Amino acid sequence: MEHTLTSRAPVADLPRPEKNYLNATTGIWSWMTTVDHKRIGVMYLVGVLSAFFIGGVFALLVRLSLLSPTHTLFGKQWITAEMYNRLFTLHGAVMVFLFIIPSVPASLANFVLPLMLGAKDVAFPRLNLASFYLWVIGAVMAVTSMITGAVDTGWTFYTPYSTTTEGSVTLMIMAVFVLGFSSIFTGINFVATTHKLRAPGMGWFDLPLFIWGIYATAIIQVLATPVLGITLALLAMERVFNIGIFDPKIGGDPVLFQHFFWFYSHPAVYIMILPGMAIISELIPTFSKKTMFGYRAVAYSSVSLALLSFIVWGHHMFVAGQSQLATVVFSALTFLVAIPSGVKMFNWLGTMYKGNISLETPMCYAISFLLLFAIGGLTGIFLGALSVDIHLTDTYFVVAHFHYVMMGGTVIAFFGGVHYWWPKITGRMYNENWGRFACALIFIGFNVTFLTQFVMGSLGMPRRYFNYLPIYHPYHVVSTIGSWIIGLGFATMAAYLLASLRKPMDAPDNPWGGTTLEWTTSSPPTEHNFEDQPVLQKAPYDYRPEPVAK
Amino acid sequence: MEWLRSAMLPPQGSAFAGEVDTLYMALFWLSVVLFIGIAFPAIYFAWRYRFKPGRVTPHQTHNTMLEIIWTVIPLLLCVGIFFWGLDGWMKYAVAPGESMQIQISAKKWIWQFEYPDGTRTANEIHVLINKPVQFVMTSEDVLHDFFVPDMRVKHDIVPGRYTQVWFTPTVHGEHHVTCAEYCGKGHSDMQAKLFVDTREEFDKFMLTGGTEWEDYKMKPADWGKIQYERKGCKTCHSIDGSKTAQGGPSWKGIWGKMEEMNDGKQVLVDEAYVRESMLQPQAKIVKGYEPIMPTFQGLLRETEIQGLMAFIKSLGNDPNGGPPAPTVLTLPPPPAKPGTAAAPGQTAPATQPK
Repeated sequence: MEHTLTSRAPVADLPRPEKNYLNATTGIWSWMTTVDHKRIGVMYLVGVLSAFFIGGVFALLVRLSLLSPTHTLFGKQWITAEMYNRLFTLHGAVMVFLFIIPSVPASLANFVLPLMLGAKDVAFPRLNLASFYLWVIGAVMAVTSMITGAVDTGWTFYTPYSTTTEGSVTLMIMAVFVLGFSSIFTGINFVATTHKLRAPGMGWFDLPLFIWGIYATAIIQVLATPVLGITLALLAMERVFNIGIFDPKIGGDPVLFQHFFWFYSHPAVYIMILPGMAIISELIPTFSKKTMFGYRAVAYSSVSLALLSFIVWGHHMFVAGQSQLATVVFSALTFLVAIPSGVKMFNWLGTMYKGNISLETPMCYAISFLLLFAIGGLTGIFLGALSVDIHLTDTYFVVAHFHYVMMGGTVIAFFGGVHYWWPKITGRMYNENWGRFACALIFIGFNVTFLTQFVMGSLGMPRRYFNYLPIYHPYHVVSTIGSWIIGLGFATMAAYLLASLRKPMDAPDNPWGGTTLEWTTSSPPTEHNFEDQPVLQKAPYDYRPEPVAK
Repeated sequence: MEWLRSAMLPPQGSAFAGEVDTLYMALFWLSVVLFIGIAFPAIYFAWRYRFKPGRVTPHQTHNTMLEIIWTVIPLLLCVGIFFWGLDGWMKYAVAPGESMQIQISAKKWIWQFEYPDGTRTANEIHVLINKPVQFVMTSEDVLHDFFVPDMRVKHDIVPGRYTQVWFTPTVHGEHHVTCAEYCGKGHSDMQAKLFVDTREEFDKFMLTGGTEWEDYKMKPADWGKIQYERKGCKTCHSIDGSKTAQGGPSWKGIWGKMEEMNDGKQVLVDEAYVRESMLQPQAKIVKGYEPIMPTFQGLLRETEIQGLMAFIKSLGNDPNGGPPAPTVLTLPPPPAKPGTAAAPGQTAPATQPK
């Protein structure tokens, strides 16, 4: 019966290699000093999922505090404006800097990229470990900052508020500074690995599209993140030494900070979304059992998105006081982003056409991504159009838009990838029905939460508001209920994924019929990935029947 | 489709709002069509081509014609939308020359408005219906943002520079002003009321000099002290008997005094004389002073003149004269207004107009 519903290959009773990367060496020290990209990827995965949990709890608290206009629960006011400001700041900062930026590249890509290339490891294994330790140090600094006074600046650290407010802002800024280097190290590693460690016979256009996406991401990480580092260092100097750079009271310019900040943070949006798109480009051909439609168009669109990401930062500042000519130019350039994004969408649909589509959990996430990212992209057009943006910017419309892109896009794709590679990483299958159920819960909850926010924002509800006018109350109630459905979905996911770890290893080497090299090794892979150096036999996503031989 | 527009967008309070809404609704319908264009195939294909064991899929690698089509059509759409948005932006960016100008000085967490004649209000503005109004804005501390949803305008307020925003209000009555750039603890309480007045209502408001008058009409001398500082009197007239650099007579102890004019006449400093000195300062010049004072005709309201007189009286009178008669501010009754206001020069708590 299983086989009539799904494409899953029968569970092979292949002799499993006794030693794999998980049990080749033992003890905590062997993990802490490992230079194995797979172990580092797993440690990153644990790290970013913990960050996602913390950020998610903050998100649920933010929504909860907006449930009632008087912020009361059971007849008592339980939260103040100061606490609320800290909550949404920490939600944003944790989700952006600790979770979503490292999510796909540092965890999944770290694990998968060398396998896909047929390599033993990344080009610089020690740098890879250093990147993880920097992430840990950054995370510890961020958590310390939360405990010792926290931050109420918003994750954007806009000056002069951020240079004058109380709290341990400097520590948080330095945490993000350190996390930036962790991101740069990962980027350097992936660029070098993709260039130098491809398997024999693997040309650039034989690369899985996941690699194209991650490669484009890595370029942004290396080129854009230093600007964030410099900006935050200047901000810290202004806070600590009172050097006038951004605060007009001491001779600075707050708009300059916004330029600097978005010069990184707009490309950072593509650090977040490109890996998500990269995962979708794996899931759709694999679960459609059909070759990727328009491979080169999708590959080029990843690179062009990476390049465009550097010249559209001013669209965050249409009403912030930048020159009006700049505003017009940035609006025009912003519309260009729609083109490669659209090309990807259409090619994914083209791949599904006449496919042999099995709706296993990763594919459910892929289809969720298509629908949610479509809404995220289309609402971006509202914000790119100048006259409409004047009304919508800084409202809940923007909040909903970027959640559709970041959560509906990247987070959904990330969990699609987690489910896709879970058998490879852990050697275990999870419960497919619970997987689909959790995906449906998250999809429904997400739309309930954020579709209402589009309406609220259009009606004029500004973002980062603790108190709101009574007319917005019904929308806040619906949105908060939606957040509970999302929370339930993720709780379900955590339960069945953890439950799968208690089983003996049961995953076949290639449960989904994937065509890329990571599926040719055992699940979980051995310590050095492959028994022998793999050689590329045919291009990825080639689902033509094998010429009968064996 | 008006019901749909009004379900998603606030009431339209300006001509500009109509333009924004037209584009918004056009984009809404375009998005609905495009979303169906993506969602329908995604769901239909997943069902139509659902998994069947052994089915062989065609090896379609690409189709150049299709790629060109779905690159060029979105590009053309985007160019069109860009110019449509730009068209609205040009109107938003350039204020008409005949606009009434109102200065905004924002600070945590209060809106301060100042009219060309010096009238200042807090968290409350009155503008004339169908008359373009331009706001020239700056902040005293952190970033703020002047957002009037009904007018569809918004602009950041940046410390250390001036930004501007304008609109032509077309709907009489009360509208909502809200801060849209995060500014800390009181961010969401930083609200103001915008009243779009008829000429009559507006004149009444201007006559009484803003809501501050409500607070000060019972204390004319305090009201006058504000005018003394705000209208520039203090540049030339001290209130402690000293002589300022500009060299006008000090106001201390001047009330009820017989002053000798430069033509030798003796004049009693009383209401008539003080009023004349403000509005026609060249009429009588006190002996020993230059005729340099500019006229304040048109710059001072009746209430302000009376306040100034009360303030001068409060500074003590000439021991040889009689006691000054108490002043009561009687001129035009202020229109009843909701909300409260802050005294200038002191921080008032942001009012909550809920």
